[in-house]
Amino acid sequence: MLNRTQTPAINEIKKAEIIRASEFRLKNNIPVYYINAGTQDLVRIEILFPAGMWQQTAPLVGSAASAMLNEGTSKLSSKLIAEAVDYYGAFLHTEITHDFASVSIHSLNKHLPNVLPVVEEIISNSIFPKDEWSIYVQNKKQSFIVNNKKVSFVSRKKFAELLFGNNHPYGHNVTEADFDKLKREEAFDFYKRNYTSKDTIIIASGRVTDATLKLLEKHFGGMNGSALVKDQQAVKSTAQPGVHYVEKKDALQSSIRMGKMLFTKDHPDYPSMLVVNTIFGGYFGSRLMSNIREDKGYTYGIGSAIVSFSKAGYFTLSTEVAAEVTNNAIKEIYFELDKLQNEKISESELALVRNYMLGTFLRSIDGPFALADRFKGIYFCGLGYEYYERYVEAIRTITAEKIMDLAGRHLKKEEMIELVVGKK
Amino acid sequence: MSILFKKFTLENGLRVIFHEDRSTPLVCMNVLYDVGARDEDPERTGFAHLFEHLMFGGSLNIPNYDEPLQRVGGENNAFTSNDITNYYLTVPAANLETAFWLESDRMLSLGFSEKSLEVQRNVVIEEFKQRYLNQPYGDIWLLLRPLVYKVHPYLWDTIGKEISQISEAKMEDVKAFFKKFYCPNNAILVLTGNTSLEEVKKLSEKWFGVIPKGPENKRNLPAEPEQKEARSLTVQRDVPIDAIYKVYHMCSRKDKEYYSVDLLSDILSDGSSSRLYNELVKSKKLFSELNAFADDSFDKGMFVVSGKLSAGVSMEAAEKGIEEELLKLVNGKVSEKELQKVKNKVEATLEFSEINIMNKALNLAVSELFGDADLANHEAEKYLAVTAAQIQQQANQIFRKENCSTLYYLAKKN
Repeated sequence: MLNRTQTPAINEIKKAEIIRASEFRLKNNIPVYYINAGTQDLVRIEILFPAGMWQQTAPLVGSAASAMLNEGTSKLSSKLIAEAVDYYGAFLHTEITHDFASVSIHSLNKHLPNVLPVVEEIISNSIFPKDEWSIYVQNKKQSFIVNNKKVSFVSRKKFAELLFGNNHPYGHNVTEADFDKLKREEAFDFYKRNYTSKDTIIIASGRVTDATLKLLEKHFGGMNGSALVKDQQAVKSTAQPGVHYVEKKDALQSSIRMGKMLFTKDHPDYPSMLVVNTIFGGYFGSRLMSNIREDKGYTYGIGSAIVSFSKAGYFTLSTEVAAEVTNNAIKEIYFELDKLQNEKISESELALVRNYMLGTFLRSIDGPFALADRFKGIYFCGLGYEYYERYVEAIRTITAEKIMDLAGRHLKKEEMIELVVGKK
Repeated sequence: MSILFKKFTLENGLRVIFHEDRSTPLVCMNVLYDVGARDEDPERTGFAHLFEHLMFGGSLNIPNYDEPLQRVGGENNAFTSNDITNYYLTVPAANLETAFWLESDRMLSLGFSEKSLEVQRNVVIEEFKQRYLNQPYGDIWLLLRPLVYKVHPYLWDTIGKEISQISEAKMEDVKAFFKKFYCPNNAILVLTGNTSLEEVKKLSEKWFGVIPKGPENKRNLPAEPEQKEARSLTVQRDVPIDAIYKVYHMCSRKDKEYYSVDLLSDILSDGSSSRLYNELVKSKKLFSELNAFADDSFDKGMFVVSGKLSAGVSMEAAEKGIEEELLKLVNGKVSEKELQKVKNKVEATLEFSEINIMNKALNLAVSELFGDADLANHEAEKYLAVTAAQIQQQANQIFRKENCSTLYYLAKKN
């Protein structure tokens, strides 16, 4: 008779081998980091420029420049660009993050020679046509106005402002007026300065062969220029701990967001803090989820995270709760924080979190695109692959005492920003 | 491009499908139950989805589902649609047996905990608020479904008609629902990833083989009668911008015409080279956002065109713009080049979707539900066989005024 109350044997995850990126230099010295993996005959090429939020000269300039790459070159109209890419079933995507801008293409290998010329063209010869510019700004502003009706959107922006300060490149709280101030010439100038070969890298993942590398040489080996990237080092972040409240009279739910400045990924405590965060609010079985969703039923979800950009890192947690239980939810969050700092975690819970995190790490290195993302995760923080060895080591060896100590030192209640958008 | 698989059926009727992929250190387990919101009592809507939440509240021999899975490095989730309820997880290959243990126990019997029911009712009510009520435009589908469907149970959304029906859910309803739908002969089990057929056979027999067969469920849903005249609904809401939704009845995901209809929607709205975007967003500047999509529901579905109007544009002008674009497809054939473009896009999309063992598992499960898992390997050729004439024929069939329900979603003037 099968005994269903008996758990099957738990096998420890012993091996988590990460496939490392290889490096190849184009003749203009742009490094190509490539990962040849996966089962399908396709590839993702990402070209990453120092043209993100950190480098932008005014609010929205970086995202506008990135979007305008699709909108016309001296040879191709926006429609022709779109058709040239769509015809070959490829996906062209431009976006900015806090630290860089990317132009990426997903393509079947058989079509890559046909789509890369378009990518080359938009990077080198974009002209930001005036008509396209005004359509872009207008539509972007409309979608901003819609998003501003969401408590989660308002709270995310406000939180960044409280954390970094409104003048910090990571912290500017965008308003409608920023769209009116946005100038085509400034975005175009930003494009000219920042989308060059200087500090630019290419990451290729999927089935990457010599032929792929040759194509990259052909289309991007001739790029040049030297970026005069704006240096923002002087801007100090100015966190405003304490209680903040943005009232939304008709809100059915309040968005609660809390957090504080922390450090970047190169800090020795960073990997261990990821374990602390996982216990607190980093997975479905976390303390915050177990208490606030699974025990109290206050919310559909609650989660916390530790985030590291190149130049700054922070801790954050967020949830949307029924408006009438906003204060109760905040009380429970502090209760869990207090417990994390003052009560030793049980062996059983710690073992669970260790295995869960190792499993998650395994998932995070599964497949070519995931591997490319792990490379980006270290490259932009100036780290090498040994970071992941330290990370796995931290998961395996962290102790209950160290967890309390780290939570006590790095998640001090008096340093927390506590923001409610909605009703309380 | 082909997902090689093996299939066998246990004596209790559970269909098991296995696809080996040694390039990943993981195994994905996907359990599809042939029950969705369309199978609900009209007075107890939202129940299939609430039930999905309860499936994580402990089973007969295991008090908590998530904890043991996380303890072996696994991760899981689930979704409920109008047609199916699907549960999926990934585990490191060495811990596959834990997945069998967990999934089989909750198929054998739930724990039916009162506390879990009480908490998950609240969680789902907060989900209702978060996604449908406390969002601009969040209640669109709560308004549209009963306009489009008058008889067929697609007339309610998976979240349910209203919060009160969720708060009234009782334990006896939960038990009856489980007994009726959560049995091996109403489920499909798919495994993809780094293991062997032998192992899958052995573990399936061991853990699922002993679960008793349940009742046969013959689905007998009322067919939606043909719509004979245009319908419309106008609402005012606290949103910043007017929006319009035009919904047409179309075929089902299982019909052979589906492939033409899906390409038709791609021609209108897939990517920046699509017609609606170029003509109505870029050229005529009537909309700031505009989309079209073909629903993939298992019974007759919805073809949806939706947009947010640009500032200063009248609703009449916006609607006329959409109708003119649709009429072009009724009156003329798409060019070979345009057709090839959308076919190439579908081909690439299918290829990219096969990178992931979870996608492959879901594709196999849904295909098996449609009659044969191998259908998953013939999707591309069905798209590639579509002709311009078939697309025009579908445009004729679908884009008729009397086949349309329109929602005018207006910004409240302050």
